[in-house]
Formats: sequence, structure tokens, C-alpha cells
Amino acid sequence: MKTLLELDGVAARYGPVQALRNVSLVVREGEVVAVLGANGAGKTTTLRAISGTVDRTGTLELEGKQLKGGPESAARLGIAHVPEGRGTFVDLTVTENLKLGAYTRRDRSVKADVDRVAEYFPWMVERGGQRAGTLSGGEQQMLALGRALMARPRLLLLDEPSLGLAPMVVREFFRIVRELNEKEGLTVLVVEQDARIALDASSRAYVLEVGRVALTGTSAELRGNESVRRSYLGY
Amino acid sequence: MVLAAFSDFMQQVVSGLASGGVYALLALALVIIHRSTGVINFAQGELATLSTYIAWTLTVNHGWSYWPAFVATLLVSFVGGVGLHRIVIRPVERGNVLRIVIVTIGLLVAVNGFVVWKWGGEPQQLQSPFGTSTYDIGGVVIAANDIGTIAVALGIVVLLWGLFQFTKVGLALRAAAVNPEEARLVGVRVTWMLALGWGLAALLGAVAGMLTAPTVGLDPNMMAAVLIYAFAAAVLGGIDSPLGAVVGGLTVGVLLNLLSYLSQYDAVSWFTEELRLPAALLIILVVLLIRPQGIFGRAEVKRV
Repeated sequence: MKTLLELDGVAARYGPVQALRNVSLVVREGEVVAVLGANGAGKTTTLRAISGTVDRTGTLELEGKQLKGGPESAARLGIAHVPEGRGTFVDLTVTENLKLGAYTRRDRSVKADVDRVAEYFPWMVERGGQRAGTLSGGEQQMLALGRALMARPRLLLLDEPSLGLAPMVVREFFRIVRELNEKEGLTVLVVEQDARIALDASSRAYVLEVGRVALTGTSAELRGNESVRRSYLGY
Repeated sequence: MVLAAFSDFMQQVVSGLASGGVYALLALALVIIHRSTGVINFAQGELATLSTYIAWTLTVNHGWSYWPAFVATLLVSFVGGVGLHRIVIRPVERGNVLRIVIVTIGLLVAVNGFVVWKWGGEPQQLQSPFGTSTYDIGGVVIAANDIGTIAVALGIVVLLWGLFQFTKVGLALRAAAVNPEEARLVGVRVTWMLALGWGLAALLGAVAGMLTAPTVGLDPNMMAAVLIYAFAAAVLGGIDSPLGAVVGGLTVGVLLNLLSYLSQYDAVSWFTEELRLPAALLIILVVLLIRPQGIFGRAEVKRV
């Protein structure tokens, strides 16, 4: 499989706080890759470094091209970042949120993409005029995913999608992510606190500890790893 | 007798709507900038005065007719507003909002000084494009200038609403104003959207100025009072609500005019022209005390 994203020796800081020290990872086309780790390990910052929402150093390449500039440029290169805490425009309607997802697109097939998103989330068309802020937490997370799909992304970045959602909603969310990956070949890099569900949904995973990659392997290997089990799976 | 009183009353309502339309435009300019930058642009009135002088110079010194000068002034003001944001505001945008406030106050003084330096302090006359004729509609005498002012103000408001509601750039403008971080993630170039907002605000101010000058006379301090009325309008309607700015503007315009009108009766004969500005400030004070978010504003909820 072709390498889509490659990070080599990436570091990032918020003022005096060094959030990433040395992160190297690879995401190949068509993969679902998970990033696990404790609070403050640098999971969210890894995604922010990729989309350019935080100043970073080191090698970050999408299809061999160095990523530079802010999130506006990343969006134009096909990186759709769904940030922690839903990431919807709460004052705008469902339809407007979807339209914004297609903001960087210049072609005129946006309508076709609304239909495509509607295949996964029929309610988004039926309730298109509803303000996003009035949706339930689960619906907002689905809307954030739908909006990301509107961009026809090369790479989808998901930050803690399970945060604050009921277990059933989380399962449904990851079921759809897997379906998108299997049916449409969508490449996904997902950061999760809930290691169990992340390992189930992914084929490979990285474990971060204080801003460094501490461990990597296939998701099956990591599920069987003694220290991963104790630290992140809790049995 | 009663009929005569009624037509007098209606006349005052119509001319109140005309001045209210102007307040609404300037209030809308304040709201657009407040939504995106979080500050009141104290220079909004002076920028409008500057625009009006440009229109005046085009018609009087360069022999343009009114409407071409009107459109040219809108374009110049729009570009000027965008440039102002890029060059003056953007460098101080990060950090404390007080920095932007101070810069806008500095702009107020600087623009006012420039206008006096360039065109002198004595009042000038900008012609009304609508003439001085009046219409008699069922006993209610209405000035053509009032009708024209209301029509232009409403037309601009509707165009602006259409821009925000139905175009891609309008959607991006709204997204950038309410949620800049998210907007950047979907690819919206937020700093350009903010600049565009300043351009639109300058354009709105230009219209307000050009509609004000024919009735009150063009002088460097022409918009000072109008800005206070626009503040009152924006605060009354809700400082983040475009609809509120329009409703607030019309309300303030009609209310102040009716107060002046009622002063012919003994009970309120103390209400003279000089009390219009204090009345506007009273509106601001009362709204801030009773309903700080204004009529159409939503109370701010801080999410944790």
C-alpha cells in the first residue's frame, strides 16, 4: 500500500509546554490507524500538528509533499480534521454545516455529495434546516463526520470521537467509519482515549507516552500486549 | 382636528423611519464588526464622513452625477475598509481587545483630522438625489427624500441579507465570525473574511453618510450624533444581531422623532432637540441594565 502520510521526528509546543517531543508515524492509503495514550500524551497535538493548527517542526509529508501553513492549506490538500468536542458550527443549520464541509471544493457536484452523506445519515437531509446547536451530542458528532465527508478528504483525522457519548452511539459512529473505510477506501487516523473501541476499528495503532511513540504494531498485536492491556484496556 | 393631528403624527413616523433607516445601516456596520472582532469600531462614524466627502468631491469638484458617484464611493469605501483591516487592525488583533478599541479611537481622531485638513471645517452641501418635492398621500405629506432614504436603506439591508444567507462567501463570513477555529479547519481563510467584514461595514457607513448629508449638511462632525444613535440601535436590538440592528435603528429613529413631535403638547414641552442625544444614551443605559443582550440577542452562555 502507498504511504499517504508520514511524520518523522515531529515536535510541537504550546508556549513553554512541550506537547510533542519526537513523533514518527506512517499512515498508508486505505488504512484505519489509531493513536492511543493517556491524557497529555500528545494525541490531540499530533492531529493538530498534521492539520497545522499548532506550530510544529520535523518532517510531515502528505504523499511525499511537506505540509506547511495553517489548517486552511491542510484543508485544501484534502485533510479533514474533526476536532475534539464535535466540531460543528452550532449557530448554523445542518445543511449549512454540510455546505461548509465542501468549502474548498471548486467542482459543482456538491449536491451529489449531500446525497452520498444522506445515504449514511438520512436524517441530515430531513432535518437540514435545524440549527446544529439543537442536535444531541451524538447527532453533532455524526454531523461533524458528515461535514468532513463533504470535502471528499484524502485523509480523515478524528479526535476523540467517543468523548461524552453513550456507548451505543460510539459503536454506531465507529461502525460507519469502518463502512466508509471498507466501501470507499477512506483513510482514517483516529485518536482515542477508549483503546478498546479504537483497536477494534483500526488495523494498526501507535501508543504515545509524553510526546513520543512508545509502542506500535497491528491492532491485534497491541490487544495482546501485556502493558497495553494493563494501561489502556484495564484487564 | 383629530385628522390633522393624525397626519402630523404619520409624517413624523415616516421621517423617523427615514432617519431610523440611516441609524440601522450604521448599527449594522457596528454589528458586523462586533460579531467578528468582538469590539465596537468607534471610528465607524468618521469613516462614513470620509466616504461622504469622497462622494461630495466627485459630484462637486469632478462633475460626476449623483448615482455614479454613489457607486464609486461604495467601491472605494469597501476597498478602503478591507485595506484598513489588513494594515491597521490585523497587527493588533491578537491579544487584548482593548488594543483594537484604542486603535479604533485613534482612527476616529486621525480620520476626523484628515477630513478637516483636506476639505476644511466649514459645512458643505451634498445634493439629495431624490429632490425636495413632497407627496400628499391622504393628507399625510411625505418628503421624497424620506421615501428615497427608506428605500435605499431597506434595499441595502436586503442585499446584505441575501449575501449572508444565500452565497458561499456569506456562509463563510458567518462561519468565520462565530467559530473562527472551526472555519479554518474547513478551509475558510478567516483573516480575509474579517477584512471583508470591515469592507462591508465601511460600505454600509458610506451609504449612511451619503443619506445623512443632504438633510443635516456635510461637515467633519456630521456623523458623531448618528454614531450615538447607531450605538443605541445596536444595543437595543442586540449587539450581535443583524436583524436587531435594523429593528433597533428604525425604533430609535421613530421614537426620537415622536418625542420631538409630542413636545408641542404642554406635558412634554420640555423635550427639545437638545435632548435627543441624552435620550439615546438613556436608551443604551436602560437596555444594558434591563436586558444586556438586547431584544434579539441571545444571552451569552460560556461553555465549559
